[in-house]
Amino acid sequence: MANHIHPAGVTLVEGRTLRCRGAWTMSDVAPVDHALKGMAWPARSALVFDTSGIEAFDTGGAVVLFRALMEAKRRGCEVSIEGLRSDYAQLMSLVSSNWDAIVAEVAPRPNGGERLKTAISTHLARMIQGMEFLGESTTALVRLVAAPRRMRWRSCLNSLRLDGVNALPITGLLTFLIGVVIAYQGAEQLRKFGTNIFIVDLVGISLLREIAPLIAAILIAGRSGSAYAAQIGTMKVTEELDALQTFGLSPIELLVLPRVLALVVALPLLTAYADVLGVFGGMLIASNQLNVSFTAFLSRFDEAVALRHLLIGLGKAPFFAVIIALVGCYQGFQIRGGVDDVGRHTTISVVQSIFLVIIFDAICSILLNWWNL
Amino acid sequence: MHELPPTLATAEKVGVPVIEVSHVSTRFGQAVVHRDVSLTVLRGEVFAIAGGNGCGKSTLLREIIGLLTPTTGTIHLLGTDSRELTQSNGRPLHRRFGVMFQHGALFSSMTLAENVAVPLREHTSMSADVIRDIAALKIALVGLPPDSAIKFPSELSGGMRRRAALARAIVMDPELLFLDEPTAGLDPMIAAGFDDLVLNLKRLLGLTVVMVTHDLDSLWRIATRVAVLGDGQVMGVGTMEELARSEEPAVRSYFHGPRGRAASLTHAGTASQRD
Repeated sequence: MANHIHPAGVTLVEGRTLRCRGAWTMSDVAPVDHALKGMAWPARSALVFDTSGIEAFDTGGAVVLFRALMEAKRRGCEVSIEGLRSDYAQLMSLVSSNWDAIVAEVAPRPNGGERLKTAISTHLARMIQGMEFLGESTTALVRLVAAPRRMRWRSCLNSLRLDGVNALPITGLLTFLIGVVIAYQGAEQLRKFGTNIFIVDLVGISLLREIAPLIAAILIAGRSGSAYAAQIGTMKVTEELDALQTFGLSPIELLVLPRVLALVVALPLLTAYADVLGVFGGMLIASNQLNVSFTAFLSRFDEAVALRHLLIGLGKAPFFAVIIALVGCYQGFQIRGGVDDVGRHTTISVVQSIFLVIIFDAICSILLNWWNL
Repeated sequence: MHELPPTLATAEKVGVPVIEVSHVSTRFGQAVVHRDVSLTVLRGEVFAIAGGNGCGKSTLLREIIGLLTPTTGTIHLLGTDSRELTQSNGRPLHRRFGVMFQHGALFSSMTLAENVAVPLREHTSMSADVIRDIAALKIALVGLPPDSAIKFPSELSGGMRRRAALARAIVMDPELLFLDEPTAGLDPMIAAGFDDLVLNLKRLLGLTVVMVTHDLDSLWRIATRVAVLGDGQVMGVGTMEELARSEEPAVRSYFHGPRGRAASLTHAGTASQRD
């Protein structure tokens, strides 16, 4: 292969002949394309494409040449090709016979109003699907209460281990640190007023009532909600869910209810555990920075933090659990088609469950405030 | 002045070896996949690699295109050691072959037209509208309607996705086209259409085709030569007629099973239409 070839080029000679030369191949034809775009085309005359100088040719070159022909025709020239080798001519006929398909006007993807309309309708449809899923889960739960022996205890206990027990270290560490942070921030202000002992109220009430349940819920949403979506979604992609249905088994009963139940048990327990470690973190800082000893802290804790704060915090946890588990499973079922969808819906499940958890928490705060709790 | 680029101009020399696999052995840990496999693929032919499940066909294909490295032995692809493909100087070689993966391997975040245009955008400096036209030409050549260009892979059927993957594999006018199980999972009508499409493109673009397949019908219809792998070794190489007459037990059992006989009866008289 010692043949050497000139770079691709094109020159207009005397306004009548377009001399093409060199390698008209995909990797080399780009300069020709640019030259043709900037060329002063002769108007309304006979134009001869002299292609005898073309030394290499592929479909890329053929497309560029054909585009030039069409451009010349559009400007009213009468075009003819000279000196095209027969195998190159075959490529040209390949392009010309498919030209209609190449330039076919493809309806663009809808935009503006059309897109808004489809967006609204898909969101509405999704909301309805969500409601359907909620309804199906509820009826499955009712059926299960009627016949508790059908509960998948094994899978429920497995979930409890994965989503409860295995989450202990991270939950504990995080709430401990949150307790430390709250106490630190409070210590600064309280010391100014000499009201060191109120650190107990600050740490106790805020952690027990709001922060520990929220932190636990957000952690579990990221840890377990996403896992539920990914697990169920993968099963859907690999048609395992369809296989279950052909055996007459309900995926909701088999996959959703055990997970919901496990989380309803696990999250309040995790919250209680988080309460303990959070308060402990606050206690450490109190004794360290504010000279409030452990005994002083605990005796004040008894009178300052009413039992209802603990109960409100723990009481919210099962609702958070239901939200997280249902959103995770629902997003898993929503996965259609390919593997890329799994990632998308996993992300959505985390964002949505955290969003709903916080909304629910805000509603609780408002209602409890009304009832003076 | 520069070296003749790899184009149709060079595709005329039929019969020159384009792939030389010599004494390749492959082991994954304890498992032996190939033992001393040697093959030669000639320019202009449709070379098929056949054999039972798990006999290392796809592994061999992946070694030829440089995705895997054989444990011992060498593979030359268009005169270059395929190990160079993994290095940065393998770039020019990458333009000279196209690969169609079994499940299409289309990039799911891009439309069909964008998928097909990826090699053009990465390897050439052509303007966007020329790239669009070349991509549209290749989409038309594989028989997909123009409006499929704006669809995403998830919106295409299995057969269409296969065609789209083929369009992407041939977009750079490669000299060599690799097909991994091109007709697996397609219905007989679409599979036959796909066989015709491959033959047609081979004729139009002067391709050399290497395919891994189980499909006895497409072996009879389009393969110039077939290598049968079994037990990690090459059991036989030759045209389908030669292999069908072979006395080698492993080859006989492959081609003379109930399906093999049916396919050979159907194609006995039509084998000459291959070119």
